[in-house]
Amino acid sequence: MKSVNLDLYRTMYLIRKSEETIQKYYAEDQMKTPMHMSMGEEAIVSGVVGALNLDDQVLGTYRSHALYLAKTGETDLFFAEMYGKVTGMAQGKSGSMHLSAPEKGLLCCSAIVASSIPIAMGAAYANKYQKNGKRVAVFFGDGATDEGVFWETVNFSCLKKLPILFVCEDNGFAVHTPREHRHGFSSLHKVVSSFDCNVFEEKSTDPEVIYRTTQKALSTMEQNDKPCFLRLHYYRYLEHVGINEDFDAGYRPKGDYLDWLKLDPIRLQREKLGTIGFSEQQILELEQSVDEQIARSTEFAAESAFADACELHTGVFI
Amino acid sequence: MRMITYCDALNEAMIQEMERDSNVFVYGIGVPDHKKIFGSTADLLEKFGAERCFDTPIAEDSMTGLGLGAAINGLRPIHIHIRVDFLLLAMNQLANLVSSYCYGIGGKVGVPLVIRAIVGRGWGQGYQHSKSMHATFAHIPGLKVICPTTPEDAKGMMISAIRDNNPVLIFEHRWLYWQTGAVAEESFEIPLGKGKIVKKGKDITIVATSWMNVEALQAAEILARNGIDAEIIDPRTIAPLDEDIIVESVSRTGHCIVADNDWVYCGFSAEVAAMVSDRCFGKLKSPVKRIGFAHTPCPTARHLENQFYPNAETIVRQVENTLGIDKIDLSNELFYSHENRFKGPF
Repeated sequence: MKSVNLDLYRTMYLIRKSEETIQKYYAEDQMKTPMHMSMGEEAIVSGVVGALNLDDQVLGTYRSHALYLAKTGETDLFFAEMYGKVTGMAQGKSGSMHLSAPEKGLLCCSAIVASSIPIAMGAAYANKYQKNGKRVAVFFGDGATDEGVFWETVNFSCLKKLPILFVCEDNGFAVHTPREHRHGFSSLHKVVSSFDCNVFEEKSTDPEVIYRTTQKALSTMEQNDKPCFLRLHYYRYLEHVGINEDFDAGYRPKGDYLDWLKLDPIRLQREKLGTIGFSEQQILELEQSVDEQIARSTEFAAESAFADACELHTGVFI
Repeated sequence: MRMITYCDALNEAMIQEMERDSNVFVYGIGVPDHKKIFGSTADLLEKFGAERCFDTPIAEDSMTGLGLGAAINGLRPIHIHIRVDFLLLAMNQLANLVSSYCYGIGGKVGVPLVIRAIVGRGWGQGYQHSKSMHATFAHIPGLKVICPTTPEDAKGMMISAIRDNNPVLIFEHRWLYWQTGAVAEESFEIPLGKGKIVKKGKDITIVATSWMNVEALQAAEILARNGIDAEIIDPRTIAPLDEDIIVESVSRTGHCIVADNDWVYCGFSAEVAAMVSDRCFGKLKSPVKRIGFAHTPCPTARHLENQFYPNAETIVRQVENTLGIDKIDLSNELFYSHENRFKGPF
């Protein structure tokens, strides 16, 4: 687990630093794309993706900076897309809300709540049909479970015994609306449990815990041929959309944030690395290499050109 | 050449493609049941098994997402809706996900998804079993929309749709299912985006879609007996439209009527009229006229339904107005209705 913990830290540090870089430069108004920040959920994405195989596939939402960075590890295409440049993964056509890396298994991210969930089911259907052994993990917030399409998808995935992980990143809010104002039931995972699937719940900011839970889910799915539902709690540090805090809005108390901040996944994981035998020097070197990667990528993005005007019309069809 | 029905042509196209390519599969509500989507999915389950021909829950939204996910992972799904009205439940996936997937991923991955939807009509289908709305789907960039009219087009365009690496929606009029026509036994493609001259003529151009081609042919036959030589163009593909075939025809005749199997307002007929006005402006001898459904929900009772749908008589009357000719006596003509439905050959 020692090297796994280092990898988990590297992934989380990459995510946190990339988003802090967005915060640093966003006011320059060169990244003209609405930012739905991942800050606070780094342990979930790093743990789940870390437990998957490289050729397993993932799908996400408009809040998927973390998912993209965890799955690809790269920042050139990422920042170029944020800056709307031709060197971005979609030549600037997609921006922050529609990240993708099909060659690395990130099939799509959608800004319509819950809409990538059935696509994940189709991808899993194809994988099962092709007997290629790939698993699909689809990430979504708890707001997505308000949508009928979530339940439709859980139902059919269970019926067809598809190799799929439903990963609910539960921050308790759909935009600004708390769970209590939305749910006519008391426990989400208990309701999902009534389907023919495996259900797990964690409330941890330790990526190793998430990693182990995901491993357990994957091995259980392997054994009993049933999809898995993971309800993983976290706290969204920033506003729904944007790079700032929003505790003055009054819909959630800052005290909650401060409680969660004591368990900040990046800080705790850094401390853990010290206790399991990594020197401060080793950690600093890792951080420095990530910092340099991000600096190179933002420079690359800034220097890159915008797409030619004629690019507007390319890519509608293949 | 061998004569088969439109329905059998659809069935044969799917069977031949499923034999050719193991990535093709067919699914939807009722697809493998004993009614087999009016017979169009007959033998698929028996020939190809339950993994490639399966029933679904009543869940159009998620089942469309399933098609998209399977398509981007290497399969070629065919999703069937027994009514277009039910397809509307899939609008989020179609308008927000399926249509923009390729564009949003930088043009790197296509979506080879076929969606078949049947346009109902007659015997009390009413306002939730009778929509076509092909223009609504054609409005969305990233979707191809086709309305095959003949058995030959049904087979050839279905095969092209399955082989296309982009999403294609097929709108099949229920009354066309009984139509028979000459269809080659071997596999063949009819390219998408190419219209067809159904009947050559020199006096006026009638652009007709789907079932309205049947009405237009009858109208043309009546008009011919009265000295008017109408040309009928079936665009076959709504998006992308074969503009040139229409422009060429109207440039010769100077007159254009669009008979669309849909509502008129904001519909496909408006698109054709605008395009013709733009590209044939100096050659038009009369304003482009449009024919389509009444601007109401479709009523159930027969006598009201007959008012809702245009037919050959509507087309004849419009031709008379456009060309300024005397009213033709239609009292002895027998027009198509549900009781006297068209059985072909086309």
